Amino acid sequence: MSNVSKEAPITGAAGGRGILSHVGAFLVLLAFALLAFAHLSNATESDVVPAAAPTDGKTVEVAISNFTFTPNELTIGPGTTVKWVNHDDIPHLVAEKALAFKSQALDTNDSFSFTFTKPGDVEYFCVLHPHMIGKITVKAGGA
Amino acid sequence: MTNRDWKNGGPEMDRRGALECMVWAGTGMLWALSGGLPSSISIGEAKAAELAKGAFTFLQISDSHVGFDKPANPNALGTLQEAIAKINAMPVKPSFMIHTGDITHLSTDKQFDDAAQVIGSTGLPVFYVPGEHDVIDEGLGKSYLARYGKGSSGSGWNSFDQNGVHFIGLVNVMNLKAGGLGNLGEEQLAWLETDVKALSASTPIVIFAHVPLWTVYPEWGWGTEDGARALSLVKRFGSVTVLNGHIHQIMQKVEGNVSFHTARSTAFPQPEPGKAPSPGPMKVPAEELRKFLGITEVDFIKVNQPLAIVDKTLADA
Repeated sequence: MSNVSKEAPITGAAGGRGILSHVGAFLVLLAFALLAFAHLSNATESDVVPAAAPTDGKTVEVAISNFTFTPNELTIGPGTTVKWVNHDDIPHLVAEKALAFKSQALDTNDSFSFTFTKPGDVEYFCVLHPHMIGKITVKAGGA
Repeated sequence: MTNRDWKNGGPEMDRRGALECMVWAGTGMLWALSGGLPSSISIGEAKAAELAKGAFTFLQISDSHVGFDKPANPNALGTLQEAIAKINAMPVKPSFMIHTGDITHLSTDKQFDDAAQVIGSTGLPVFYVPGEHDVIDEGLGKSYLARYGKGSSGSGWNSFDQNGVHFIGLVNVMNLKAGGLGNLGEEQLAWLETDVKALSASTPIVIFAHVPLWTVYPEWGWGTEDGARALSLVKRFGSVTVLNGHIHQIMQKVEGNVSFHTARSTAFPQPEPGKAPSPGPMKVPAEELRKFLGITEVDFIKVNQPLAIVDKTLADA
């Protein structure tokens, strides 16, 4: 959690770039939603997140261990990348509740990254162990 | 019949040892009692008496997790080979096998191929249902269906008849919902309703699926959301046996005409519900591992009686 609060002011600054960047972000997101989810599902450890996202380059890690996402609830600024890392000896598969995004099966030490551009709440779960759930809150202006 | 196998495998095992095994393995005796038979010896006698009438035996293997190589068992393919070697060494072969899922660990082609090669060495017909580990290929189950889906419906559910017993393989690892448990879904439930409609209530039913159909421990996802709906569709039958895997340990209960049973894994044990921070693989001393792994032999004794289910570990010589 300390990482997150440290990053909050930075993502806040990114959130204040002005209306044009927001429109741009929205268009990017739209195109991304229409075209790119299939590619996203291929994203693995070293894959770069969609380059056009108004990312501030920050990455926040969510640990998967003992069949739990930690931190379980996370608040980030738009453009922040969340990286899930599986520390269990069992594969997990991270997906948005309605499968808007979905990782591959993550074996031990595999990770999956996704950049959140649009403000709002995103609930996600493990497709293999659906009792594992977590939430990301994306807030314009920072956490 | 169950005595036969232990004696066969271990010449040093005396009768007392064999009976202890049966007591420890549990269900064969427990269920015989629930059917009104007094002891484990009576199971053997009942079995012998019924053999002439066409009684038969089938085997359940589960959770072979081919490809798993973590500390809890660095060689899951090896322990599957051991389990299959035990089956191949049986003097009287079971009629067929069922595999209650998690054939592979990561649904890769190689893992499926390795599993098929080892399991195929029995020469027995094998009926499969997928575990969640079998449907994590890119197509979320396409690989499994391409290999095992022949003659099945939907995401792989199927039924068949053997010696007057109706077997139903259900799939409860697909389209799982956030925050939920295992799931059968409307399409499969509708299929099940039709599948059993024409059967007489005296037909013994065996349902097998990966995740327990009854709620074992929801905190770890050990249960099926709509399992009770499936069970309500077979309520009118006099004998229903539910065989599951997923939790890598034996659990059982009897509820009315329904006997529930979960099998051991051939790969690695998992902790008892709530006795560890998570249901992840349980590391036991290497020399103890085979006591936690095993296969399940089901003796079909008599129509309208519970089936005798005997679990054997890989350590039972």
